[in-house]
Amino acid sequence: MSSITAPIAAEPRSRVVLRARLQDWLPRLVLAPSFLIVLVFVYGFNLWTVFLSFTNSKAFANTNLIGWANYEKLWNWTFETDPPSGWYTALVNMGIFGGLYVVFCLVLGLTLAILLDQKIRGEGILRPIYLYPLALSFIVTGTAWKLFLDPRIGLEKAMHDWGWTSFHFDWVVNPRMMIYCVAIAGIWQTSGFVMAMFLAGLRGVDGEILKAAQIDGASAYQTYRRIIIPMMRPVFFSALVVLAHMAIKSYDLVLSVTGKNPGGAAELPSTFMYSYTFTRNQMAVGSTSAVIMLMTIAAIMVPYIYSEMREKPQ
Amino acid sequence: MTALEISALRKRYGALEILKGIDLTLEEGGFLVLVGPSGCGKSTLLNTIAGLDSVTSGEIRIGGQIVNGLHPSKRDIAMVFQSYALYPNMSVAQNITFGMEMRGIPKPERDKAVAEVAKKLQIEHLLARRPSQLSGGQRQRVAMGRALVRKPSVFLFDEPLSNLDAKLRVDMRVEIKRLHQTTNSTIVYVTHDQIEAMTLATKIAVLKDGEVQQVGTPAQIYDEPANLFVADFMGSPAMNLIDGTVIRQGGETMIRLDRREHPPIVLPVPAGVVADRLPADGKVIFGIRPEAVNDSESIDRKAKSVSKFEANVEIVEPAGADTFVVIHVAGKELTARMRSDTSVRVGESHTFAFNLDKAVLFDPATSARI
Amino acid sequence: MSAADLITSAPDREPARHSLLTRIVIYGLLVIFAFVYLIPLVVMVMTSLKPLDEVTGGNMFALPQHLTLEPWIKAWGEARIGVSDTAGIYGYFLNSIKMVVPAVLISTVLGALNGFVLTKWRFPGHKIVFGMMLFACFIPFQSVIIPMAVILGGLGDIGRSLIDLTGYSFGFGSPTVNLVIVHVIYGLGFTTLFFRNYYEIFPTELIKAAMIDGASFFQIFRRILLPNSTPIFIVTVIYQFTNIWNDFLFGSTFAAGDQAPMTVALNNLVNTSTGVVEYNVNMAAAIIAAAPTLFVYIVGGRYFVRGLMAGAVKG
Repeated sequence: MSSITAPIAAEPRSRVVLRARLQDWLPRLVLAPSFLIVLVFVYGFNLWTVFLSFTNSKAFANTNLIGWANYEKLWNWTFETDPPSGWYTALVNMGIFGGLYVVFCLVLGLTLAILLDQKIRGEGILRPIYLYPLALSFIVTGTAWKLFLDPRIGLEKAMHDWGWTSFHFDWVVNPRMMIYCVAIAGIWQTSGFVMAMFLAGLRGVDGEILKAAQIDGASAYQTYRRIIIPMMRPVFFSALVVLAHMAIKSYDLVLSVTGKNPGGAAELPSTFMYSYTFTRNQMAVGSTSAVIMLMTIAAIMVPYIYSEMREKPQ
Repeated sequence: MTALEISALRKRYGALEILKGIDLTLEEGGFLVLVGPSGCGKSTLLNTIAGLDSVTSGEIRIGGQIVNGLHPSKRDIAMVFQSYALYPNMSVAQNITFGMEMRGIPKPERDKAVAEVAKKLQIEHLLARRPSQLSGGQRQRVAMGRALVRKPSVFLFDEPLSNLDAKLRVDMRVEIKRLHQTTNSTIVYVTHDQIEAMTLATKIAVLKDGEVQQVGTPAQIYDEPANLFVADFMGSPAMNLIDGTVIRQGGETMIRLDRREHPPIVLPVPAGVVADRLPADGKVIFGIRPEAVNDSESIDRKAKSVSKFEANVEIVEPAGADTFVVIHVAGKELTARMRSDTSVRVGESHTFAFNLDKAVLFDPATSARI
Repeated sequence: MSAADLITSAPDREPARHSLLTRIVIYGLLVIFAFVYLIPLVVMVMTSLKPLDEVTGGNMFALPQHLTLEPWIKAWGEARIGVSDTAGIYGYFLNSIKMVVPAVLISTVLGALNGFVLTKWRFPGHKIVFGMMLFACFIPFQSVIIPMAVILGGLGDIGRSLIDLTGYSFGFGSPTVNLVIVHVIYGLGFTTLFFRNYYEIFPTELIKAAMIDGASFFQIFRRILLPNSTPIFIVTVIYQFTNIWNDFLFGSTFAAGDQAPMTVALNNLVNTSTGVVEYNVNMAAAIIAAAPTLFVYIVGGRYFVRGLMAGAVKG
């Protein structure tokens, strides 16, 4: 359906041809604004941020280039452990939060999916229960979990009321443990999504393969371990990529679970970027951390998108 | 008068050449079937006629007018698609008149046209329905109605029967043939089914790898295939093709088919073969249709030249009206189409006969018919 | 069959043959998990229906003894949000609605057109264009937020000059307009992805038939594509609605004070450092903030899941 390349003989048809040409170009004209927007506001802005990371911008953006100084600063902060620099805390927290979030979401998601795939009566009620947290905003999730884990009125107090007086759980107000609470809330919110991905994968397994496994005498456990779960590799990979990129982007959840991140105890690269840019007036340092976030996500997403698009050649 | 004329048509996608210089003409009222294996370019050719695909070079004329640069809707054509391509959100009547609506034809006129077409195709009771409420055959009729209502100078059919089950396919084939005969319309029809090609066409073009292999009437294509490809592609079961050697015997040119356990079969050169075009190295391929191989008593009485030979029966396949018998000749399987009450038995030796009036020879080097 | 349809359809297999004990363990685990997933919501609802002294003095798992709607009324119309003078969250609720509706509609329509072009009117390089738009879905917003702040600040300056000149800002500098712009831009990748994948399997022969029938680009879009796109429209609208309603980062950066959307207001209300913490009011406000998306989830759960899956695993 692309342009007609052969020459047109008849002279009086030139206007018709002009209109045909326009019709040929119309689709591209329709797409162009969107593409241009993406080009400017995504790629252009990313480059702008990269540029800022090489300047000494403070409260306002400026163009005084200072080379790699900001990157050197972050690099030095990475090893500044005593007392821990904000950036060091952010990276450590990222590791704790990201690791727990990804691993537990995958494990819980796969477990729930396998359990649900056993011809369960009432699946139609259970499935939406595991999935509903996805409809909530991270702020709402954080608010709920902050209350739930608050030792003064939440879980700890309830246990004390019920007679288990030695029960102690104050992570949500303990600066050293806060990040684990963020992880709990995050896992609660997202594991249902991973469950849905795995469930779709399990349901997509060809029933004849399972019949063949039955005939080969495999037990239900063996069938899952040897046949079905290995077949979930692509789903596992997709879920891993999606979760990793969500973990890096996490921002609202930290603020709401911890109550605006007191003292930077639950700092993540995302909150680090925000506070340096907008409250500490070190926009260049903020930009540098943003560029590092961008590069990390690009390293995960670009190969993924590339392989996804290659798998279905048109 | 010529309804459709295609000359030196080429179509390239990047480095890939889909159509390599196609020349075809179709006179008004003709039924041209483009046939060939998948990937031969027949659908691309149809799409270029419709204007749905651009051409790299060459000319397409419809009714004498060059249409290369024209939008599909301005080419005076109508098309029936493989999937029928009925708009799922519109009723049958709306489907049929959508094109007229796009051309700004007022509603009363559209209603009249739809009533006329519906009557012709006996789909009056379906007009208010949605495509999803129709059976496969009904959808096919509606798709034809949508084409008919345009009264185009050329109808294009893109494998219109391939989505139907076997019985319905035969019914619709008859329907299309009747439509062609009653309306005397000009049709270009793409199929990979050689039976459809044989039954419908007034003219067949066999395509392979973007090139026309042969153009002719069904009888010409069947009886005088231009090359090995056409011979093998048209007809079911396919034509038997056996390696042979040209020999001189008593001043006469003969064809010898070597066999392992039996003495070779020596045949006179079939009628219609131009003797001086026989290849110098003496290698030929002997082609004979299964119906021209039979037991010696049932061979066509009117045949002028018959050659008999002994062979062991390997497989007998009763197919109702006929029985297919497989024997081995010159290392190749050879199928004979015999009467259903034939007395041949598996494992027994039997006398068979070739009706050489129907036999052809090919040059293995060029694959062309001699 | 799409991934989401797979989830909701029962598999055509033999039921797994488990012993009674295994069955009990499976059901037991599933019910425990369901309990864990539900409990925060249940506690939220119960807390929001208790008077404050019952919250601070009692057990959070205990049923309310004095049912009261007071916290809800207070959250909706009276509670002080941060340092703002506006009382109650209803104003912020309206802010969110005013922002979400246009942002969802514009990004969805653009996505539909883009998907149409990228599947049915292909041009050389269409794959690169799509790949570039797709990557836009996944960038961390931190990497665009500074330039965006600069640009939106510029729009604000234009708005102020326009007020000086004409007495009217024409929307320049309005936080709602700013958020609509931002959400349309950064939602385009997803809406384009959704429609592209949907139209990818839309029969191309229908487009060819319509071309032969003489329909133009927009006529084909309006008469053939749109009437057959209802499911993907629902999916996209739900997905965009949920995402934009739940956004916090852009809202907190580009819309301050009275103009803030719901999520920002909720965060300010909950994390206010002055006075007594009114947990019951906070919970009522949180439920109000969650209500629209939860409602959409309950009504259109099937489409909701489909959108989630489409956003993660393409196709």
